[in-house]
Parts: sequence; C-alpha cells; structure tokens
Amino acid sequence: MKIGAPKELALGEARVALTPDSAQLIQKLGHDCMIESGAGIAAGFDDDAYRNAGVTVVESAEALWRDAEVVIKVREPSEAEADRLRQGQTLISFFWPAQNEALLERCRAQGGTVIAMDMVPRISRAQKMDALSSMANIAGYRAVIEAGNNFGRFFTGQVTAAGKVPPAKVLVIGAGVAGLAAIGTATSLGAVVRAFDVRPEVAEQIESMGAEFLFLDFEDTQDGSGTGGYAAPSSPEFREKQLALFREQAPQVDIVITTALIPGRPAPKLWLEDMVKAMKPGSVVIDLAAEKGGNCDLTQPNEKVVSDNGVTIVGYSDFPSRMATQSSLLYATNIRHMLTDLTPEKDGAIVHDMEDDVIRGATVAHQGEITFPPPPPKVKAIAAAKPKEKVKEPTPEEKRAAELATFKAQTKRQVTLLGVGGALMLLLGQIAPASFMQHFIVFVLACFVGFQVIWNVSHSLHTPLMAVTNAISGIIILGAVLQIGSGNWIVVLLAGISVLIATINIVGGFLVTRRMLAMFQKS
Amino acid sequence: MLGQGFVSAAAIAASVLFVLSLGGLSNQEKAKRAVWYGIVGMAVAVLFTAFGPGIGNYWLMIPMIVIGSVIGWKVATRVAMTEMPQLVAALHSFVGLAAVFVAWNADLERRRVLAAQAIGTGYQEFSAFAALVATKAPDELTFLQLEVVFAIFIGAVTFTGSVVAFGKLAGKVDGKPQKLPGGHMLNAGAAALSLLLAILYLNGAGFWTLLILAALAFFIGWHLIMGIGGADMPVVVSMLNSYSGWAAAAIGFTLSNDLLIVTGALVGSSGAILSYIMCKAMNRNFVSVILGGFGGGTQGPAAEIEGEQVAIDAAGVASSLNNADSVVIVPGYGMAVAQAQNAVSELVRKLRSAGKEVRFAIHPVAGRLPGHMNVLLAEARVPYDIVLEMDEINDDFPKTDVTIVIGSNDIVNPAAQDDPNSPIAGMPVLEVWKSTVVFVCKRGQGTGYSGIENPLFYKENTRMFYGDARDSIDSLLSMID
Repeated sequence: MKIGAPKELALGEARVALTPDSAQLIQKLGHDCMIESGAGIAAGFDDDAYRNAGVTVVESAEALWRDAEVVIKVREPSEAEADRLRQGQTLISFFWPAQNEALLERCRAQGGTVIAMDMVPRISRAQKMDALSSMANIAGYRAVIEAGNNFGRFFTGQVTAAGKVPPAKVLVIGAGVAGLAAIGTATSLGAVVRAFDVRPEVAEQIESMGAEFLFLDFEDTQDGSGTGGYAAPSSPEFREKQLALFREQAPQVDIVITTALIPGRPAPKLWLEDMVKAMKPGSVVIDLAAEKGGNCDLTQPNEKVVSDNGVTIVGYSDFPSRMATQSSLLYATNIRHMLTDLTPEKDGAIVHDMEDDVIRGATVAHQGEITFPPPPPKVKAIAAAKPKEKVKEPTPEEKRAAELATFKAQTKRQVTLLGVGGALMLLLGQIAPASFMQHFIVFVLACFVGFQVIWNVSHSLHTPLMAVTNAISGIIILGAVLQIGSGNWIVVLLAGISVLIATINIVGGFLVTRRMLAMFQKS
Repeated sequence: MLGQGFVSAAAIAASVLFVLSLGGLSNQEKAKRAVWYGIVGMAVAVLFTAFGPGIGNYWLMIPMIVIGSVIGWKVATRVAMTEMPQLVAALHSFVGLAAVFVAWNADLERRRVLAAQAIGTGYQEFSAFAALVATKAPDELTFLQLEVVFAIFIGAVTFTGSVVAFGKLAGKVDGKPQKLPGGHMLNAGAAALSLLLAILYLNGAGFWTLLILAALAFFIGWHLIMGIGGADMPVVVSMLNSYSGWAAAAIGFTLSNDLLIVTGALVGSSGAILSYIMCKAMNRNFVSVILGGFGGGTQGPAAEIEGEQVAIDAAGVASSLNNADSVVIVPGYGMAVAQAQNAVSELVRKLRSAGKEVRFAIHPVAGRLPGHMNVLLAEARVPYDIVLEMDEINDDFPKTDVTIVIGSNDIVNPAAQDDPNSPIAGMPVLEVWKSTVVFVCKRGQGTGYSGIENPLFYKENTRMFYGDARDSIDSLLSMID
C-alpha cells in the first residue's frame, strides 16, 4: 500500500504525520511511503531526510491524494481535502467527529474510510496509538515552559549571596495526561506544585509526580472509571466547594495551569475573574483548555493577555505545534502503531478488522457509512476503583494493649510447649535406661546450640552452610570406624563401604565449601 | 593406641570446633576461617577415633579413606558451580546410605555378642563397638534396637530421596511432580508396614525385618521426592540435609557416641531451619511442600489480567540502562540454566564503572538451593556487598530507575500481593513493579513453574526482553557505554 502524508493546511500548524524514522518502520510493514514536498520543513525534517529514509517526495498535494491509498494527516481535513478523498481510500488523522458532523458526512459521501486518532479507545492495548495522550503530554510540558517564559522569577527556591529567592508556587487544575506532565515538569524545575482533580483516584498519580494533592472533602466524588478515565460534569454544590478551594489558593500561587476538559462540552469555568484579581502581579495563568472556551474567565483563545492587576493569561491552543519536532515524532509513532495494527501480516496489505475494539472505535466512516459513535469497547478502560478501606491508626493505648496481648499469647504458648515437652521427657525417663537419658541431654542441648548458631548465618551463605553441614554429617564415618574391627566379614565389608563413602562426603564437602567461600569477594 | 580419655577429649574439642565452624558462617570474611575449624575438627575426630582402643582392620580402613579422599577431592575440584545443587544432593545420599549400613552392622554385632554370651565366651575378642554392646544391660539393648530402627528408616529415606533429588537437579529425571497411582496412600501404607516390621523386630524377629524395613524406607524416600516439583527443591534439599543430620544422631545413640549425637543434632537443626526459612519465603507450610503440588485453599477464580506484553529489543534496554542511575537485577533459576551469570557480571562491571548504582535482589527461594544465586554470582566475581536480600532491597524499588528480571517469575509476581485468589497469595515477593521500568528477560511467553500467569508482564512499565538470557545480556554489553 502507498501511505502518503500531505502538508498540513491549517494556519500555524507545524506538525507532520510522517517522520523519516517512522517511515523506515512503516516500510518494514511492506508499505511504500510518500510525502508532499516541504511537509516536514516546519517540524525540522527536510525533503532530503525523507529521501534518505526511502520516502518518495511528491511535488503537489493533488498528486499525493491521487496516488496514496492511505493518507495520514495531523489535523482534520479541510473541505477541499475531504472532496479529494475517494472510494477505497483511507484517511487517518485527528477528526473530532462529534464537532465536525458536516465534514464527516462529506467524507462518507466520498466513500472513503476515516480513522480518527482522537477516537482511539482508552484501553491499555491501544495506549501506543493514543495520540491525544502524547499531544497532551507535550502540551503539559510546554505549558510550564510558556509559564516560565512569562514569569519573572526562578522556579526553584535559592539562597544566594544576593538574597533569598522563594520557590514558585504552581497550581495545576486537572490531572489528566497534560496536568501530570505539567506537574512533572514544574517539580523538576524546582517549583512547589499543588494539584487538583475532581477524580479522587488520581491523588496517587499526583503524589507520585511529586505534587501535593489538594483534597476536597465531599461526599459525592467522581469515579472516572465509568467514563473511560475522563472527568464528567459535577454537581453545583461540588462546584461551589471547588471554587472556594481555588479562591483560597489564588493569593498564594504564582502560576496556575488549568487543563480541565470534559469530553464533548465547553470547558468548565474554574478560574474566575475574582481569582485572577486576587493573584499577585506578575503571576501567570496558562489555560490549556482555551480552544474549548477556556477554564479562566479572562482567557482569549490563541492570545496572551495581561489583566488589570498584571496577571498574564496565556490562551494559546497550539502548544503541541509549538514543539513541532517532538510532537511530530510522537504523533508519527502513534500513526505507525495504528498502521501496524491495520497490517497484521506485515505484508503491506491493510486489513480493516471491524471486530477489533481499537480499530472499530477509531473508525468513524467506512464503506459509505458513518460508523460513529462506536459501540462501547468490549474491554473496559480502567478497572473500577475498589473503595479504599480506611485503616484506623491505633492509639498508643491500643498499641500497648495489642503488644501485651501478643506477649501474653507468646508466654502462654511457650509455657505450654515447655510443659508438654517436660511431661514427655519425664515419661521417657520412666522407661528409658539412664545411659540413654545422658545421651539425650547431650542431644537436646546440641539441638539448642544448633538453632541459636544457625539463625545467625547470613542468607547469602546458605549454600556454603549446606555444603559444610554436609561435610560435617560425614561424621558418620566414626560409626563405621568403630565397627570395622569386627570379626564378622559382612560387618567389615559394610563398614568398609561406609568409610569410603563417608570420606568422599567429608573431603568433597569441605573442599567445595572452601572453593565457594574463596569466590565471595568484596567490591 | 590411644586411651579412652584421649578419645573423649578429642570428641569435646571436635564438637566445639564444629559449633565454631557453623557459627562462623555469619559473614563472608569469618566464613573462610570457619571452614578450617570444621576441617580440623573432623581431622581430630577421625584420627583419635581411628587410633582409639579396640579398632582394627587398618588394612581395609586406611585404603578406603585414601580412595575416598581422592574421589572426594576430584569431584569437589571438578564440579561447576551451577552443578552445586546436584552435588549437595548426591553427597547427602552417601550419608544416608552409610547410616543404613552402620545401623545394619550394629544389629549384626548385637546378635554376634548375644550369641557369644549365650555360649559363654569372653569379651576380650570383641572390637570397639562389640565390646560396648557386650556391656549393655537388657533394657539398654532394647533401646539400641529402637535406635537401629530409627537410623535405618531415616537413613534409607535420605538415601533414595537424595538420589532422586540429584536426578531431578541434574536433569536426569523429569523435574515434574510424578506419583504412582495411589499417591500418598502408598507412602502411608509403606510407613504402616514399616511400623509393623519394627514391632516384629523389637519382639525378637530375625535380621530380615531390618532388610525389608530398609527396602520400604527406600521406596518412601523415592516416591516422596518424585512427587515434588523442581522449584520446591530448595526445601527438599535442605530437608534432606536435616535428615542426614538426624540419621547421624540416631547412629550416635546406637553407638553411644556423644560426638556423633552432637554433630548430627547440629546438622539436623541447621537443615530444619533452612527448610523453615524456605517455606516461609514461599508462604507455604512444610507439609504441603513435602506432600507436593500447590495445595487447594483458593476461593474463586484468579483475577483476570488485562493488557498485553510489550516486547523490546536490546537497543531499547541498553538506552534505558545508559540513562539510568540506579539499577537492580533480580536473578532466578533461568539465569543459572542459561549460564548467564558471567555475562551479567560483565554487564554489572560496565554499569558500575559508568558510575551507576547496581545491586542484586535475591529472593530466598530463587534457584534450586538455599543461597544458590549468591554462589553463582560470587563465582562470576560479583562483589557480595551489592548482592542484597529481599528485605534489604524491597523498600528501594520505588527509587530504582531500571529493574532487570532475569529468568525469575513467581518471586516477582504482584498477584501474590494483589489477588487473594492467586495460588501464591501471601507469598513475600520482590516488588519490582514499583521501579520506573522493569525489563523481563525471558525465553518466551510461558508461565512460571507454578503455572500462574504473572500480571507483572502486562504492567505498563514492564517491557519483555525475549530470548536466551545469556545471548540477550551479551547483546547488551556492546551497547553500554
């Protein structure tokens, strides 16, 4: 199959769906790759780099759309591009079918198959093609960089000869992929990071990235597992509490990064005008939800504005495109994984398996029909969170009582054991001859000594211990030696054999132990 | 000839030396000296007993000792460290067999002495052991018979059990659990029959009872160990170690020899503790290990595993290693099978010279012998101070960048902690999944010894590095800078 990547037409879009690296791997699947001349320039890949990777460089978009059987893109097609789509051709790109119904209908009418990268279901198997996550990751990183660019101080706290610098305080709202990436970037720059999310199960992830989770004590908290890991709209009461929490934070924080999005809805307003007013001059708000209307009241999509009290509000919606090289590399890899799944035999033949959860989920138009929305995937995205059991911290009194109880139980057990043992010994003493009892005392004491000594043997020396005890157990040779002087030839023979094998045991055991111990060395 | 006083003094010295020898194994440096205590103790014991009163037939004894020493020396110097488990098992079988022979002899001597006493000949013609028997009172002789029965039974079980364990460890016998139809009922039947024979013998039946008793015990030993799978061998070998000690102690009672009793008890308790440690490490009780197979006790099906195993190639592993600061390696029996320890050691040397913190995490039951991995790594010249136990390193996994699991499976299975229905639920495991990335070096997609799926392989931060362990690690070496 011929796979072709045209130049992106959307204004300011610098990404490209095919990189030289991904092209090489796609060719291994048996496909041929084509690219429109200049499509990768903005992302840092010139035509020669593609040619070196074995990609055919096509001069015009028209030729590319004509020749390619699969067209891979970043942004959804323009109307003109949709009209170029033909029967049997496959288009793979971001599509946003819910928002672009007319466009979808246009593509269907053309008879093409459309795979929307934004519709890839959120199941573990599909993570490698989850382009939304890889783009969100970049957006989160870039948001912090953008904030740093507009923030007049250090992120990290320092004590220098020229004075003390407090660390920047960053608040991240919404701990999805972008939020977590922002948390990670900000913490590694040295900022003090706090984060909030309506889904309490992400608290652990937030803390694992090094941020503090702002806990909102509310009965009816959300469980993200029912909605494929995304957030759902919250109740008005919850919203009030949430806003109160933010209001409390506003005067303290220097940088706010909002990433709150609810699928298929305008972004919720979470950072209101009065909160911006409460912030210190020079503070920065980065609104990653700007494209969907913004989480902040004052956000102007695609623009940077400064409020009356000197707070910078950044509403860019093209963060991934601002890091075109990185985002192209990741996006191209996502596309490549999608093609790998579409080419199960690695023979260059595309098999569009509508039974496959991932392919079914992402396909929005196929064989002249609209296949959106898809049925729910057979595999649930995230296992339902088990309700966490509250472990009660025992009070000191309880602890002491528990300790006392275990001590008592132990004493009881030991005394019982000693009692039973003593009784048994007494019984044995009644029937056994005196000489036997003497030996028995020796035996019992030796067992005790053995237990005490062996517990101290280090674990790493257990094999040498076995070898040395093995050698020592060759002490049985004494028995044979004592018997070998007998007058009975059978006894002499058996004793002789015993001496022989016991000696093998002794010599072999000790030598092997020495060999092993000689190997142990300190660094 | 040395007097009895000398022999007793030697016995005391030897006992003390043996205790010191075992006690010295508490750390690697002291251990080197401790072995010498053991050797000297043994030499003293043998020398003084051999030249003590009433010993004869030196023409046979000395050549036997010389031949035995030569064989022992040859075996010990030639054996490869990976063959250590089977060597230890083979040596145990010798002790078991010797115990059976010596016990048989004891009874033969008893009969000879009784016969001589019956016709009224003097004691002067009896050698060391027979002379001792001659002084015993009738009730002491009854106890002697009892001790003989014990010694034969334990010795015989140790002998065949060790032979089977040797076969399994050396790969000469199929490692899978095998049982005759009838299973443990056969063992129980044989044990009941042995008890009957023992009673007959105590009531004056002939020497044949002891022969049949030994044969039955041979069967029990063989059948019992045949029914135990390869991965339970650490418990089996240490159990046999313990038995060989108890057999020696039983012989000590028979011969009224305190040195044998003390030494046997030391060895016996040592083996018992090792078995206990191994069982604890698998969270199973001793009886269920010995009776073979994973016991029931699971309620409901094991949790389903979602996700897929993601493979990675050597270049990917190498680049992660080059970027990592702290690396933990978890070796298992697979490393021993693939003989990968030298390649691993070389990898560690390279990583360490690049300034990375590299450590090994050893699970108590990794391998086929207690401490097996430690010995293999020591042979490959891995310094012992970077080889850590499970308890020492488990808390460090969250701070670890890369964990490499080489040929181990069940000991890194998170199901032991997460899934109460898992057959290995509750077994202490190495928490490798808490590190940033886990590479699992594994031959293919199969399950481990226990046949349990391992959710670790499906975790998001796990990458499967398929292939033979040694080839895989070798291929990494050139890519580490």
